[in-house]
Amino acid sequence: MKFSEQWLREWVSPALSTQALADQITMAGLEVDAVERVASDFNGVVVAEVISREPHPDADKLNVCRVDDGSGEPVQVVCGAPNVAAGQKVPFARVGAVLPGDFKIKKAKLRGVESRGMICSASELGLEEETSPGILELPTSAPTGEDFRAWLSLDDHTIEIDLTPNRGDCLSLKGVAREVGVLNRMAVDSPAIVEQPAVCEDTFPVAVSAPEACPRYVGRVVRGVAVGAETPLWMVERLRRSGVRSISVIVDITNYVMLELGQPMHAFDLAELSRTIEVRYAREGETLVLLDGQEIALRPDTLVIADADKPLAMAGIMGGEHSGVSDSTRDVFLESAFFTPLAVAGKARSYGLHTDSSHRFERGVDPALTWQAIERATELLTRIAGGRPGPVSETASPDHLPTERRVRLRAERIEQCLNLALPGEEVVEILDRLGMPAVVETPGVWQVSVPSWRFDVAIEEDLIEELARIHGYNRLPARRPPVRLGLSADNEARQPLARLRRQLVARDFQEAITYSFVAPDLQALLAPDVTAPRLANPISSDMSVMRASLFPGLVKVLMHNLNRQQSRVRLFEAGLVFRGELDALEQVPMLGALVAGPRSPEGWAGGRDAVDFFDLKGDLESLFALSGSEHDWRFEPALHPALHPGQTARILHDGHPVGWIGALHPGVRRELGIKTETFVFEVEQTALLKGRLPRFTPLSRFPEVRRDLALVVEATVPVQALLDTLREQAGEWLTDLHLFDVYQGKGVADGYKSLALGLTWQHPSRTLNDEEINQLVEAIVAESKHRFGAELRG
Amino acid sequence: MEHLSTLVNEARQAIQAAETVAALDEVRVRYLGKKGEITALLKGLGKLPAEERPRAGEQINQAKQALSADLETRRQALEQAALEARLAEERVDVTLPGRGSATGGLHPVTRTLERIEGLFTHIGFDVAVGPEIEDDYHNFEALNIPAHHPARGMADTFYFDASRLLRTHTSPVQVRTMESQAPPIRIVCPGRVYRSDSDLTHTPMFHQVEGLLVDEDVSFADLKGTIEDFLHAFFERDDLSVRFRPSYFPFTEPSAEVDIQCVMCSGDGCRVCSHSGWLEVMGCGMVHPEVFRHSGIDSERYKGFAFGMGAERLAMLRYGVNDLRLFFENDLRFLRQFA
Repeated sequence: MKFSEQWLREWVSPALSTQALADQITMAGLEVDAVERVASDFNGVVVAEVISREPHPDADKLNVCRVDDGSGEPVQVVCGAPNVAAGQKVPFARVGAVLPGDFKIKKAKLRGVESRGMICSASELGLEEETSPGILELPTSAPTGEDFRAWLSLDDHTIEIDLTPNRGDCLSLKGVAREVGVLNRMAVDSPAIVEQPAVCEDTFPVAVSAPEACPRYVGRVVRGVAVGAETPLWMVERLRRSGVRSISVIVDITNYVMLELGQPMHAFDLAELSRTIEVRYAREGETLVLLDGQEIALRPDTLVIADADKPLAMAGIMGGEHSGVSDSTRDVFLESAFFTPLAVAGKARSYGLHTDSSHRFERGVDPALTWQAIERATELLTRIAGGRPGPVSETASPDHLPTERRVRLRAERIEQCLNLALPGEEVVEILDRLGMPAVVETPGVWQVSVPSWRFDVAIEEDLIEELARIHGYNRLPARRPPVRLGLSADNEARQPLARLRRQLVARDFQEAITYSFVAPDLQALLAPDVTAPRLANPISSDMSVMRASLFPGLVKVLMHNLNRQQSRVRLFEAGLVFRGELDALEQVPMLGALVAGPRSPEGWAGGRDAVDFFDLKGDLESLFALSGSEHDWRFEPALHPALHPGQTARILHDGHPVGWIGALHPGVRRELGIKTETFVFEVEQTALLKGRLPRFTPLSRFPEVRRDLALVVEATVPVQALLDTLREQAGEWLTDLHLFDVYQGKGVADGYKSLALGLTWQHPSRTLNDEEINQLVEAIVAESKHRFGAELRG
Repeated sequence: MEHLSTLVNEARQAIQAAETVAALDEVRVRYLGKKGEITALLKGLGKLPAEERPRAGEQINQAKQALSADLETRRQALEQAALEARLAEERVDVTLPGRGSATGGLHPVTRTLERIEGLFTHIGFDVAVGPEIEDDYHNFEALNIPAHHPARGMADTFYFDASRLLRTHTSPVQVRTMESQAPPIRIVCPGRVYRSDSDLTHTPMFHQVEGLLVDEDVSFADLKGTIEDFLHAFFERDDLSVRFRPSYFPFTEPSAEVDIQCVMCSGDGCRVCSHSGWLEVMGCGMVHPEVFRHSGIDSERYKGFAFGMGAERLAMLRYGVNDLRLFFENDLRFLRQFA
């Protein structure tokens, strides 16, 4: 809602500066978005009349005009505007005037002709943003010689308030003035609504077949209207200052009444109406060409204004092109109706429309306004454009009109809610100012009547908010909540995600946060096997499908950074991935990482080696180690369409697949233009967060025994399988098993590898003897030979 | 015995001439060893007349002791010199950078979320999370936003079909918590939220932290106190002015928006605060009885307050970031600034 400060001050004018007024309104919950001056600084501009216009002797595009600026002497001025003409009233900047931008008007010679001043355009006066094509023409009634600024009341501000959806009652000057009156304890001086007597008998029949949606429909015929009449400048200016463009006198008047009182109205061309007005729901297959020219296929849930033949308007939303007033209109039918919020709510949006009218009806228009508005519009219309009004006709269904609402208010509840004992007199006084008379039911309990314009007040809390609002939120007490201290459950075995994050940060990873929706083609490349939900209304096609994997986001960030000369990229991200069709959707918290580029930052001490699979695997294993349950994890050679077939593993936790690790497939990299070898993993957080409660084992006082074995196996044998076998055969006293060398080359046959393994045993309560250990080693060697053809290296 | 003094002088010269511990040892052997020259003199004592022996013996022993002391002094000096030489050799440039010092960093949004969570968990709030693809009921209906409510136009929603959508706020987590847990409830709900809006000051995804406290004796005063405390703690400024403006959210009544004195210009007016001196930082209010009703909580017995804030907005104000979109570009040069 945007309005002129001067207009508001005609209704109610507290002794506050513009800024103080704006602050007051803001702090009452009508947030002022902008306060702007109606016109920039300028002076020395008067209303003048163009007496004559002659072509410039030496310039095709210039004219030499003589203007009467009220000073007595006609003034000669050279003007370049194509629309300047004798007899016009114009804004004229005298010599000495200063226009916006500190532009001083001086005596000048243009191509040899003296010019003493300037005829101004709207943009030159800062009244319009875009450059105006010609000078600003004023109505012929404009008083010659009068200061232009004063005449147009340009020392004014527009105040724009951003209203919350509950305050539809403030979508008019009347509403804002009422609010300002309440805040300043001032009476509001509203323009009198004068009943306009009928001077002809004509009415037009109206039938409402959907009274629940339109409980009151008020109409009036006005015959012989001068549609070509000029809208008075004061009205054009007020409309302009409210952000409404002047269109034609009738439309301007209905818009003016809407801004003034809050009642959206519509004017039909009476000649275009067939037999009767019907307020009904649209029928299957009906269409309507709207005022803006677009054709709408109406749905049967949409309330329309129709005549006997066809729909004329979408009720409370927008009129139709055909039945609207045009240059040839002589007689009009004015509509002022009450459509219930539910009948209009959501409808405009469902057609992709949003109008001043639907905006108001959705939020609730005071049903008491219909009569006032039609009288006010009639008054303005007959005054400005003539015409003979007929009697006002009303079609109403009292059963469906909003009933008078009463809300019970308890003093005790006010105190509970606000922690403030507001005296009873103050409660009643505030409510009274708001137009909400309160009647005592029992001591400390009131019955409060809600005025017809406040659709948002329905329950006790709403009244408490009103009291708090008018009393002032910032005058309300503040305290620290008393709480009953209760401990929360805390599963010690479970790791917080924050700990995993910090571990990766400590290992030189940078956290990224990427959009949860990604480009379908990138996802198809990086996670082709997974279905993910697709947005019905994406913001753009490259953000249209939910991520089924963290890889697309991480790879996109990699590309962004590679393109910015960042050659070493180490990223991780934690967040949900979305898998499956909507009806069987899984939203899985994942942790993913990506590395590319040199293993260490460039430095004097480090090598320049690029990262490989085992660097990233080590990073991931460090997360397993944090949980204390690293033995629950397995890596299994596997194939993933986006990953290198020889450098990819499925990650298993407790035997269940919970993620992937691998090198980005060279083909995928080529497609994306990524030259650097890139490694990625993603693992379900649930598995990663599962930790282990430490369990003490007594320390043995007896010596440990270590044996090293070198086993030669075919190069394709996975080390994990061999380690599993060793562990299985090594008996219960094995305390450590680790691989300390992998060797291929001289001394080991082609296609084979030598694995050096260190085994350590220790018995809790005695010294192990060589014989026992030898037996275990023999068993290990025999089983390894049996399963993998392993031979002890000589 | 003239021979003795010559010998001692010779030995002294040899000791001083020895440049290494090994050379010194040779000197010791030559004079004091089993077959050394001084030792030989001692052995030759027997050849002297008996009355001269004690005196000669004493002289030789004195010379021997003196040379031993010289040898020891010289040995220590040589060892000290050797140590110093080694230390000099092992000198490093301590100003060279250390090895493997690189660490990464948390995203500034995570950093901010963790800070907010931390402040609230310290006073007894739990952290609650929930799904991001939500149903209409939890995102709207249960929060007193029926299908055609004008408030639905307040946030542009991403839909999958008629009833499933990306949550527009983390309030559904509050609803889910109230459905499953009896009061008292104290939770904060951090997480990603989505609105179909993309321009200089909006990204289609951002992060919120919402909070909810439900108990028997909770008032608007508690809300004000909690929010003021939080903002003072978050910005580490106890003198930060905070104001509450009446506002509207379908799920709270009374509702308020919270402004802080602009942290960029201290309220003098600048571009960041649109020259108003105030910055809107969060919304809040008392839980609407209708929301309690949907979740089966008795609104006559319990009251509650709720609040919500945008993490990116707070991060921008806290760290002076001037472009919202930087948060999701993940440019390393940006991210590294928050390590």
